[in-house]
Amino acid sequence: MSRTTSFKLVLLGESAVGKSSLVLRFVRNEFSDFRINHRVSIGFAGAAFLTQTVNLDDNTAVKFEIWDTAGQERYKSLAPIYFRNSNAAVIVYDITQPPETSFEKAKTWVRELQRQADPGIVIMLVGNKLDLSASRKTSTELGKQFADEEGLLFAEASAKSGEGVEGLFMEIARKLPANPPPTRTPASRQGVRVEGQAEETPSACNC
Amino acid sequence: MDEEYDVSANVAWTSLSHTPVATTTSPPMASSATHSILHTSHLALIWMIADPHLQGTGLTECILSGLLSVDGQKVLHMDRNDYYGGASASLNLTQVSNSGLASLVARRTAVVFEKEVRRRQERGGGDWDQPWTGRSYSATGEDYAVDLIPKFILASGELTRMLVHTDVTRYLEFKQIAGSYVYRDGRISKVPSTEMEAVRSPLMGLFEKRRARNFFMFLQSWREDDPATHQGLDVNTCLMKDVYAKFGLEPGTQDFVGHAMALWLDDDYKTKPARPTIDRIILYTQSMARYGKSPYIYPLYGLGELPQAFARLSAIYGGTYMLDKKIESVNVDPETGKFTGVTSAGETVRAKKVIGDPSYFGAGKELEEGGGKMRVVETGKVVRAICILKHPIPGTDDADSAQIIIPQNQVGRKNDIYIAAVSSAHNVAAQNVWIAMVSTIVETSVPEREILPGLQLLGSVLDKFVSITPLYAPTAPGSDDHVYITKTYDATSHFETVVEDVFDVWHRVKGEPLVLKKREVQVEA
Ligand SMILES: Nc1nc2c(ncn2[C@@H]2O[C@H](COP(=O)(O)OP(=O)(O)O)[C@@H](O)[C@H]2O)c(=O)[nH]1
Ligand SMILES: [Mg+2]
Repeated sequence: MSRTTSFKLVLLGESAVGKSSLVLRFVRNEFSDFRINHRVSIGFAGAAFLTQTVNLDDNTAVKFEIWDTAGQERYKSLAPIYFRNSNAAVIVYDITQPPETSFEKAKTWVRELQRQADPGIVIMLVGNKLDLSASRKTSTELGKQFADEEGLLFAEASAKSGEGVEGLFMEIARKLPANPPPTRTPASRQGVRVEGQAEETPSACNC
Repeated sequence: MDEEYDVSANVAWTSLSHTPVATTTSPPMASSATHSILHTSHLALIWMIADPHLQGTGLTECILSGLLSVDGQKVLHMDRNDYYGGASASLNLTQVSNSGLASLVARRTAVVFEKEVRRRQERGGGDWDQPWTGRSYSATGEDYAVDLIPKFILASGELTRMLVHTDVTRYLEFKQIAGSYVYRDGRISKVPSTEMEAVRSPLMGLFEKRRARNFFMFLQSWREDDPATHQGLDVNTCLMKDVYAKFGLEPGTQDFVGHAMALWLDDDYKTKPARPTIDRIILYTQSMARYGKSPYIYPLYGLGELPQAFARLSAIYGGTYMLDKKIESVNVDPETGKFTGVTSAGETVRAKKVIGDPSYFGAGKELEEGGGKMRVVETGKVVRAICILKHPIPGTDDADSAQIIIPQNQVGRKNDIYIAAVSSAHNVAAQNVWIAMVSTIVETSVPEREILPGLQLLGSVLDKFVSITPLYAPTAPGSDDHVYITKTYDATSHFETVVEDVFDVWHRVKGEPLVLKKREVQVEA
């Protein structure tokens, strides 16, 4: 008997730091040197999110509903519905950029989440493009220190080489509550079901 | 899909564009994090919503940009506000009282707030000398999401179909509105929607009940393709007043049928063929049957969720949204008079067509703005009062939410009065607080007095914020100059007229009617 719990995970961070690339690596184990268009990462047009399941042990699995920004961060038009009811957030910066740029932006996202999101949200700070560490401009210590201060998980990774990608999602999965209160999972929508509204992924299945 | 990777904005976007593109070479997006509109200079459509100086429409434009993005059009959506949805936004009270942020309704409301706060401060005392967020009925203004224009969604109506068609329902959670009421002879009662309810309804006397029952049975057994169920009526030709006459319905019954069920705004429908009225009544009863308590649903956290959801839909289909973008000019070709683009922050975006709310096209402004041409006319004014209550509306069985329609004839008016009430059940107010909006079309020089019949139904009102806003409509369909203008929200407390406007603008822009079907999921090749 195994148990799968669904969680909503949102990606945040400056444009072009590799958010969509991390998702594509994690979900499809692919990478592209081009900018990732939302339709590509999402697999088919119009999907709100994509999913990936990780097994914690023989009878516990975590299913991530991964929400990418669809480029809305580019013009500062990410809306509150994007964060609504999220259980986890991956905030990404680019280690090849000086800290004043994407790392600073990541910090503002952390603050934004602390203001807007559920207090129980699990936040993972990720320094991406680790394959380019030869041209690193933001140190590991800087990221680590900020994460420690704010109580965030922290990792460095490369969507290109794949290094650290699965690990960071595993770490989030381990940190998520094994038995989340029913009001805190994507399947626990309140209210009425509108005609045609798809049956959401069940929060737990006995299969 | 023909689009693989968004390698350089030009290539990818051109392949999707239905119209010739400008020749600007944009750097690949990957290398650019600047918030420049030049990179999107070849988009086919530009949308603008909600000029903060005037009441914008927001949701109409967001629905349209979502639908057009799904249709494969390239959409650039610009909004002067730094929040989504213009007048259809839900603002928390801190935002509402911050006049710097708000659209006209909010701004006027804010002015009222501020004036009232100052007035009471001068008188020295009460809880009004606190800042808004410290007021006695709210620990913090964040507890509220006040709809600037509350409207409810018919459960089986066209907006629901749009939500389902586009899968936007994924981003939203809905709650039923707990009751649909109508005012007759000085009091409110539930709108009956079945023959059973008609028989029990206190709205009608004994004999009238019998007649209403026959009318409802006629509607319930109506089958489009079975003439035997039409009781000898050809609804395409006979007038609605003849249908009323056939069943012998009293004028007061006609009032609630025509205004609270068919949701007509005036009585013109009586002298027109019965078909649309019958269709609308059936839509109402079907919506009612879906969830049981009322035909209406409403999104948790307020209507501000709707424009956000359609904006995300548009983004997923490649649309670009820019908030906080001031439009400096709408440009037209001096020779042909056709739209060529807009200028914002010194940058000019070229596009084939533009859709926007009236505020961009001369509404309430001097002529040099809005492209130098007055493209809208004022068609009337709406008066709205946001009322904060500490109790449910009397006579609604402690409902957490309700719609009440006061048909024009019942209070000797030409326009109905609408009440829309929501509460903490919809995550828009603190515990035990109801927010009720009373609205109507202005008919006299003392608009506030006109909504009195509505205000009187509310019981004691803790706070009231009144605004009066002009209604604008376009003077031309846009086919000549490629400028397509939406309408200002009217006074109704439901979305049916907004949806009509969406259909109308779509038809004008695309030259063909909007046909909604369930979206097909395209699996990647
Ligand atoms: N070298 C390297 N390039 C990366 C990595 N991750 C992403 N990129 C590149 O960075 C650019 C932006 O990536 P994208 O995923 O679209 O960023 P997003 O805007 O944050 O979603 C693309 O050109 C990617 O190929 C990485 O780990 N290493
Ligand atoms: Mg991306």
